[in-house]
Amino acid sequence: MTDLTRMTATDLAGLVAAGETSAVEVTRAHLDRIAAVDDRVHAFLHVDTEGALAAARAVDERRAAGEELGPLAGVPVAVKDVLTTKGVPTTVGSKILEGWRPPYDATIVQRLRAAGTVMLGKTNMDEFAMGSSTEYSAYGPTHNPWDTDRIPGGSGGGSAAALAAYEAPLAIGSDTGGSIRQPGAVTGTVGAKPTYGGTSRYGLVAFSSSLDTPGPCARTVLDAALLHQVIGGHDPRDSTSIPQPVPDVVAAARQGATGDLTGVKLGIVKEFTGEGAEPGVMAAFRDAVDTLAKLGAEIVEVSCPHFRYALPAYYLIAPSECSSNLARFDGVRFGLRVGDDGNRSLEEVMSLTREAGFGAEVKRRIMVGTYALSSGYYDAYYGQAQKVRTLITRDFTTAFEQVDALISPTTPFVAFPIGARTADPYQMYLADLFTIPTNLYGGPGISVPCGLSEGLPVGLQVMAPTMADDRMYRVAAALESVVGTFTPPAL
Amino acid sequence: MTTTLPAYDEVVARYEPVIGLETHVELGTNTKMFCGCPTDFGGEPNTRVCPVCLGLPGSLPVANKAAIEATIRIGLALNCSIADWCRFARKNYFYPDMPKDFQISQYDEPLCADGYLDVEVGGELVRIGIERVHLEEDTGKTLHVGGATGRIHGATESLVDYNRAGIPLVEIVTRPVPGTGALAPEVAKAYVTELRDVLRSLGVSDVRMEEGSLRCDVNTSLNLPGEEWGTRTETKNVNSLRSVERAVRSEILRQASVLDAGGRITQETRHFHEDTGDTTPGRSKETATDYRYFPEPDLVPLAPDTAWVAELKAALPELPRLHRRRLQEQWGLSDLDMQSVLNAGAVELIEATVAAGTTPAAARKWWLGELSRRANETGVELADIGATPAQVAELQGLVDAGKLNDKLARTVLEGVVDGEGSPTEIMTNRGLEVVSDTGALTAAVDEAIAANPGIADKIRSGKVAAAGALVGAVMKATRGQADAKTLRDLILERLGVQG
Repeated sequence: MTDLTRMTATDLAGLVAAGETSAVEVTRAHLDRIAAVDDRVHAFLHVDTEGALAAARAVDERRAAGEELGPLAGVPVAVKDVLTTKGVPTTVGSKILEGWRPPYDATIVQRLRAAGTVMLGKTNMDEFAMGSSTEYSAYGPTHNPWDTDRIPGGSGGGSAAALAAYEAPLAIGSDTGGSIRQPGAVTGTVGAKPTYGGTSRYGLVAFSSSLDTPGPCARTVLDAALLHQVIGGHDPRDSTSIPQPVPDVVAAARQGATGDLTGVKLGIVKEFTGEGAEPGVMAAFRDAVDTLAKLGAEIVEVSCPHFRYALPAYYLIAPSECSSNLARFDGVRFGLRVGDDGNRSLEEVMSLTREAGFGAEVKRRIMVGTYALSSGYYDAYYGQAQKVRTLITRDFTTAFEQVDALISPTTPFVAFPIGARTADPYQMYLADLFTIPTNLYGGPGISVPCGLSEGLPVGLQVMAPTMADDRMYRVAAALESVVGTFTPPAL
Repeated sequence: MTTTLPAYDEVVARYEPVIGLETHVELGTNTKMFCGCPTDFGGEPNTRVCPVCLGLPGSLPVANKAAIEATIRIGLALNCSIADWCRFARKNYFYPDMPKDFQISQYDEPLCADGYLDVEVGGELVRIGIERVHLEEDTGKTLHVGGATGRIHGATESLVDYNRAGIPLVEIVTRPVPGTGALAPEVAKAYVTELRDVLRSLGVSDVRMEEGSLRCDVNTSLNLPGEEWGTRTETKNVNSLRSVERAVRSEILRQASVLDAGGRITQETRHFHEDTGDTTPGRSKETATDYRYFPEPDLVPLAPDTAWVAELKAALPELPRLHRRRLQEQWGLSDLDMQSVLNAGAVELIEATVAAGTTPAAARKWWLGELSRRANETGVELADIGATPAQVAELQGLVDAGKLNDKLARTVLEGVVDGEGSPTEIMTNRGLEVVSDTGALTAAVDEAIAANPGIADKIRSGKVAAAGALVGAVMKATRGQADAKTLRDLILERLGVQG
């Protein structure tokens, strides 16, 4: 029999709908795979075996009752531990939330359940989504299935690794500066950051509110589009959610899969093709550009002069917002509480709790953000960064007057060895050099595998105008139709 | 340290006070500012909460449109300009009653700004500048257990009730008010009173100072004539209109004694004590907390539609001050009479009674007479006395129809206040209706004449005034249930005397 864990979500849903397999069988196959390999990958922080099987049985019962099932019914999905799941532990990769079982589901989790997908569990991540390697998880790093001595990217390394290790066919991530796309690139999987406001943030434990965007991860572009369609769309519980329907990303992915890009004009971001990226990454990117041209796309070079300021602007805006968002972790209402011995003051208990509960990178960003928002420094730091953000947005809108979408490598380097960049925060921050501008602008971006460098996956990023998410799916699917999907060596 | 405070008149002859007021109003919306939880006062602790108002990880705020509308209406009533675009801001500080450890408020982009409110003090209009009116969320309440005072000092445990957390709160900040001299305490009280009346007329809040739905902080400073304004203090815990006046007065005296002794005023928050009328220092503002305000990224900017704002403006009720003036004219009252109506808290009650068909004079008579007396005796607000304007109007209707005389009406009103039912019910049930059966009355009059031959003779001889004694006798016999005028006429008729 075919290995169910090697199949696409599209095919699995088709088999379940046709009655050729059951949701329970599909779920058991993935739970077995997790049991077999996750000690080497560590993609999951929590596997919800009982919940998953119950959800799968419910799908099978609905099918038996003749109910119409959605396009992803019966398909397992791994959820990044940044989304609240009712009654299921949610840690955000942090000690400060160890053991917390939220009393409510995130909107996206509700939609996943309503669609009949089966949540396998919660995936590992850099603490509070701050990092690019998943090494900053308080629960230990996740290993890249391509080479378990290397990082799977971050912050959503758990979700990407779960896909690459065939532990799940679909996963949810969140992208604040590249946390879906960069792990996708270094694990040879597909990761899409939707338009900001195109997917609900309700129940997404906030890192940087104006940047955080939950989105789909999969092994194929079509699977990602199907998942995007299920989780996307307006949510009245999120006031920054856009009150418009999701662009038809599924149709766009199918259109792209025909391999025809005639009439599509793509811009290579000039500022992202110079130094900064590894030669092997650039070579794979150049090959992909040639492929896109052969598919009929017109390729031009576009200058986005302010993209070079994106990284410093991001590292003021995101820490500023996080310094405020993470204030609530004070030991009073939920999560860890340290030092409450009846003798210490409230202030001391709050300090001890935060001292013990947060990791070094989280503390670093809280301190940077607290400083940047301080009276007397606000204009020079936070205010200035907001101005840069406006200029970067202008770069995008100007570029999109000339081209339909922008392309670049997703990340400057392939998966690096665990421990290689933890000593120098700046070296770690560079991983998001090419993905951050999109977050500052608020548009959509997708990473699709485009080749290998030294045996490790390289991703190509497609960036589109806000609420034109369909365009990037079309381009990504067209490339995929030629280069195919990438399979890591056996674990 | 014991300091003898200087005399108030003497102080305000030498120093010029400058006051300013910050008022917080809990809006009476059905739901909280950023979630769907109910806002009713009371309730078991932590029962009116959800992930949003508890600030649980992942939760997000969504602004309450009714609260925004109420704030705009307040701004319009206070002659403010309404921002066509503004944002909420986060005010960051750690405190356990703040679920998120930041408060969603407004900072440099208030919804309403640059207005004024005219208040009457001693017959003169004083214009109080309004700097801003903005919208924010209330905090929870911390309860300190185990200490003697209920305050944090000495407490063994602190409990937090988040029912109040997230209730919409409007902050109204005045500009500094100089130049009111000795009247400063009265101006402060008049402002809060007028503001309360405006808010009540808008129907946006129940404005109960004792329940905390209207809270007031009073800023006070003193300076010598011709010199710059002095350092101000901010007095909190001012929980009644009377306390507003007392707090300003007390702070003026305290600051004067400090300045007279060559000291300097510390910029600080002070705590007002209802029992002593004094203030004591709270936290110093010189090491002010840096709130690290920044625009709230979880909420989209507010951009009230101009046409909508114009609609709200057109639909504003008459300002209480103008409304009162109009009523005074309609009722034909002198300033002094109107003042007694105001002092009794009877304006709306009389207005409603008149609306139910009673003459202003009769309505005023009942509310300021019998009912005010009862309210004073029992120590309740006149509005809570237990008689409604409709009932008072019904009572007066019975008097006008000749079914009750004045004395019987008072008895019936007592019954209304005691909850026995409507005036008609009480009259019927207790058999208090005026005896209008002439046959029965004639018999009673004839009996009285027969029983009092001396008086009867006096009347017959022309001393008509003596009829009063016979009226009294018949009243006694009929338990007061006769109309005095009818009775008098009947007595004269039976004795064959012209009235």
